[in-house]
Amino acid sequence: MKKLIKNGMVYSGGHIRKLDILIEDTLIKTVAPNLTEAADEVIDAAGKHVFPGFVDIHAHLRDPGQTYKEDIVSGTHAAAHGGITSLCAMPNTEPVVDNIAAVDYVQRRAKDLGYAKVYVIGAMTKQSEGLEISEMATMKSGGIVAVSDDGKCVQNAKLMLNCMRYAKNFELPVIVHSEDYTLGGKGQIHAGKVATRLGLTGIPGLAEEVIIARDIMLAESVGCKLHIAHISTARSIEMVRDAKNRGLNVTCEVTPHHLILTDEACLTFDTNTKMKPPLRSEKDRLACIEALIDGTIDCIATDHAPHADFEKVREFDQAPFGIIGFETAFPALYHHLVKPGIVMLERVVEAYSTVPARLLGLPDNELKAGNAADIVIVDLQAQSDISEEFILSKSKNSPWLGHSLSGKIISTFMDGQISWQESE
Amino acid sequence: MSDTPNFLGRNVFDLVDYSAEEILYILEAAKGMKEINLREYKKIPTLRGKTVCTLFVENSTRTRMSFELAANRLSADVVSFQASVSALQKGESLQDTVYTLDAMGIDLYCIRHSSPGSPQLVHKYSGKPVINGGDGRHAHPTQALLDIFSVWEKLGSLDGLKITIVGDILNSRVVRSNLIGMKKLGAQVTVCGPRTLMPGGMEDVYGCKVEYNLREALRDADVVMGLRMQMERMTDGLFPSLEEYSKHYVLSKDTIKYAKKDALIMHPGPMNRGVEILPEIADGKQSIIVEQVANGVAVRMALMFLILGGKA
Repeated sequence: MKKLIKNGMVYSGGHIRKLDILIEDTLIKTVAPNLTEAADEVIDAAGKHVFPGFVDIHAHLRDPGQTYKEDIVSGTHAAAHGGITSLCAMPNTEPVVDNIAAVDYVQRRAKDLGYAKVYVIGAMTKQSEGLEISEMATMKSGGIVAVSDDGKCVQNAKLMLNCMRYAKNFELPVIVHSEDYTLGGKGQIHAGKVATRLGLTGIPGLAEEVIIARDIMLAESVGCKLHIAHISTARSIEMVRDAKNRGLNVTCEVTPHHLILTDEACLTFDTNTKMKPPLRSEKDRLACIEALIDGTIDCIATDHAPHADFEKVREFDQAPFGIIGFETAFPALYHHLVKPGIVMLERVVEAYSTVPARLLGLPDNELKAGNAADIVIVDLQAQSDISEEFILSKSKNSPWLGHSLSGKIISTFMDGQISWQESE
Repeated sequence: MSDTPNFLGRNVFDLVDYSAEEILYILEAAKGMKEINLREYKKIPTLRGKTVCTLFVENSTRTRMSFELAANRLSADVVSFQASVSALQKGESLQDTVYTLDAMGIDLYCIRHSSPGSPQLVHKYSGKPVINGGDGRHAHPTQALLDIFSVWEKLGSLDGLKITIVGDILNSRVVRSNLIGMKKLGAQVTVCGPRTLMPGGMEDVYGCKVEYNLREALRDADVVMGLRMQMERMTDGLFPSLEEYSKHYVLSKDTIKYAKKDALIMHPGPMNRGVEILPEIADGKQSIIVEQVANGVAVRMALMFLILGGKA
């Protein structure tokens, strides 16, 4: 079965230009201008953009155990709707993915029923309790791509050091959610002017920064691969920049919301502006953008964190942290960063596809011959009107509800098969 | 007056939503209400047939009584919902609680809740006007209005006054609402307390002055307000002992002499005598602390009257 995507503006090898893509079964056969080869199906992408399928290395599918929020089917369906072809599932489910049976469950279910490729991140400590090292090696043999206690943070520096040593032993990247509990405390939003104004307890940038400082030092001594999840402050970024300059194997990701929104968004007490790390100051946001452009921030990840309506629609300080992101990430990035000329389209695309795949050692997803046909076709002229109906995720906890964002995902291909198709 | 402010159906989440003119209009209305409270028969029929609900998810006997008295004196029916004896204790959400109450035909909610922003939720769920009776550390607009009324009544205007507020600024909703209201009426406000009890960015957020030394803060003040210091702050690691706190931040004859000679002394209550204020000051002739409580009823009557469109 051959498919030919014709006349699209294709991101390939760092550039966007007019190219055709020939797909044969699950693989890309040729990427070249003006292909005339016969195909079973010709997809006219004239006026549209064709990118490598997006890769989201930070997602919460809530399956097993919290399937009222999301499950592997609804989550991957939403991901495909957002142009994502590969994603990494964080282990903070119920039970926690800290053993090979749980890893198997997620992988198998995703393989059988999913609309996207799901890679599993195993818990770094048993039940992510921050007390004992998990069976990382066994989980690695079962296919995990990294370890993390995301959502929680190991507070004990000695244990963290040993987790890194052990992870290094089995060549597993360590992904950290950086949060010092004593400094973060019962904080609700960024400790800044908005917190002062609203009387909400603040989470200072320091809560993130002291852990990043610690973990960079620990990782340096161990020589392990350290990836910092959802970086959010200017000072954190400075530390990563410094670590990179010193040649350390330290990388980091940023979420679309930390690139676009600040704590000002919390002024309405909308619980869909409540997440960890919290939306920071404008200074921090601008530092994130600068670092994304200069490469200090390696990639973009959504931290898709579904919560049911009855959990989110309540008093601000009693609502859980987290927002969904699969379906709004690209339109929000395009609308707020690319269209106004702040960040190049090429940079957003690579930081949300080829770069994160490389970071965690996932299969290369450049649009080139021999790679899996994981492809997204986007119409940058069309609008995504974000409503509860638009969102396929089980949970609707998005700060973009009611917004009309430029850029719309038209089709998503996973292994050459349609995983999302916008109806005409 | 052609440009009489319109209060009908409005919420009182905080004073940010009210202009200086509107605040002054409320004060004038409260003055009228205060006269009613001084009568032998303290009741007018203006809100007959209206139902006011005091929805107190966080306990506060005094504030609830003040709201209920206010509603009673305007002849509204009053129902009282207290979390400690209610379904919320059994795990019912605020949303369901409000849906239930609303089905009974409430016209106005007065809410006290430990979560900032909860009055907005009550309005969202009910569509009815809501008066915020204190939401966490966020706002306490009726307390601020009664404080402002108390000063305004005594001194005629707040314009140009130097007002100093001393104590646990970090945890105080009273300070936050007062800062907004007092600044709107032209007062210069200084907040004072130890750094551990001072939120960041106060100057930028409120345009107030921040002073850590009590004597400096009190210098030439026209009005001095003390705030309740709570023992819990000690276990939070914010200060070492009440004794040491008191040594540096108590309102006493000794410290108050830095303020103007006839400066008004205020406190939103309940007081910790001997901690943030000494009896010699609390009960002194400059103190208007007891009057503040009386004014609270008048201010709340004024708000209910204006919001529910009572007939004068």
